[in-house]
Amino acid sequence: MRYSAFGLIKEALSGHKGWRPQWRDAAPQAAYDYVIIGGGGHGLATAYYLAKEFGGARIAVLEKGWIGGGNVGRNTTIIRSNYLLDGNEPFYEFSLKLWENLEQDLNYNAMVSQRGILNLIHSDAQRDAARRRGNAMILNGSDAELLDADGVRAMYPFLNFDDARFPIKGGLLHRRGGTVRHDAVAWGYARGADLRGVDIIQNCEVTGLRIESGKVLGVETSRGYIGAGKVGVSVAGNSSRLMALADMRLPIESHVLQAFVSEGLKPFIPGVITYGAGHFYCSQSDKGGLVFGGDIDMYNSYAQRGNLPVVEDVVESGISLIPALGRARLLRSWGGIMDMSMDGSPFIDKTHIEGLYFNGGWCYGGFKATPAAGYCFAHLLKTDRPHETATAYRLDRFMSGHMIDEKGQGAQPNLH
Amino acid sequence: MIINHPLLGPRDAQEFTYLGDAGLMNRPYWLSETALQQFHDYLYLRKNPAGEHRELWFHEQGDRSWLVVTRNTTTHEILRVELARDVALANKAANTSQEPQQ
Repeated sequence: MRYSAFGLIKEALSGHKGWRPQWRDAAPQAAYDYVIIGGGGHGLATAYYLAKEFGGARIAVLEKGWIGGGNVGRNTTIIRSNYLLDGNEPFYEFSLKLWENLEQDLNYNAMVSQRGILNLIHSDAQRDAARRRGNAMILNGSDAELLDADGVRAMYPFLNFDDARFPIKGGLLHRRGGTVRHDAVAWGYARGADLRGVDIIQNCEVTGLRIESGKVLGVETSRGYIGAGKVGVSVAGNSSRLMALADMRLPIESHVLQAFVSEGLKPFIPGVITYGAGHFYCSQSDKGGLVFGGDIDMYNSYAQRGNLPVVEDVVESGISLIPALGRARLLRSWGGIMDMSMDGSPFIDKTHIEGLYFNGGWCYGGFKATPAAGYCFAHLLKTDRPHETATAYRLDRFMSGHMIDEKGQGAQPNLH
Repeated sequence: MIINHPLLGPRDAQEFTYLGDAGLMNRPYWLSETALQQFHDYLYLRKNPAGEHRELWFHEQGDRSWLVVTRNTTTHEILRVELARDVALANKAANTSQEPQQ
């Protein structure tokens, strides 16, 4: 069923009786050409682009729970292309271009809103870094504008400009960044993939990988054995657990990142603001809730909830930047499990096992990468060669010395 | 989280900083034939288990001792706390009784 304004009016007038489920609840078949493990944003996008761009094959997405129940449903919905390094920025720019055309492509309202992202600057050194980053972004086809304090004041007069410790001296504005309705991303890709014949199999947990003489033959699941020509793993948060089934250790630790939403307020933050001094970022959803987050909890965790000290830290940062936040009540908080990698950058790569491919290590930047990660992973699965924007995301880059460390933190996953 | 320090009793986890897997105490031998591969694995690869995890915490806001904490990463429950020094000495004793390291 193709969605349109005409269809909506027709359904409104006929009692909404014509709507159909957006994807089938498929049962597993005996074998597929491609099995994608993980029915999150990345896995569904991979299946979608594999079916759409790279030729019709038998494709299945296996999800242990329900689709979109992991990190695509647990984030702060921000999209952006404002990276510094050559290994990263072309990829995220490709992703942002896919976001810009996503709704037409999927015929689905994902509420892509390019409301702009402002990274605040509090010192001369930060201004130099922002100018350098902005230039790198422009060189890679993205957009960036350096604002002075008056420029920021004109946009967000309510910020705490004259704080004694962290006065606001300006900001780097990325106008094409913004937010997207996160669940609709998973649903839109699921519907698009289903329309192209992909089997989306929920409540189907992968419990083992059948590997013989260095080649993957299929996957053992809670719903029986499924044969596979190629297996793509896209389960960020649980990557180490899944790849342990193939006796692999990854350059990844799992950490919990908490995020928060306040009660609904009248619109007062039109874009996304990130605090250059504290680790804090904030936007306002279309329902009026302030959506914000900060640091990870800093220790390994698979629990989809955090601890209170980080809540306190995030709220302190928030109030020091936006004093008005102190009057709002916190409505909800949630925790997502991040694949924190050793250099803060992801992996889209083959493994040493033939037919086994890996996509993960997204730290807390996986949501904005969803379209490009899906596209590039599909490209790799189909052609065995990396997409031109994702050549740096190799699993062996620590051995060869080609780390992509945006912040220069070294092998300390909790600091990225 | 409360970490039950072996010398100081129960302390808030906020007094500590976290390093990671306790395997980081076992540095590879730098003159080994396979030192390059060993150091790569030591520095970059992690088991990252869901469940029991032995990990290093530093009592930065306290007595500045290193602790080996065994914690369940799915529930945040702390199962055992040892002084890293004791663990290191025990490891050393176990290794020297088997074979010389160098």
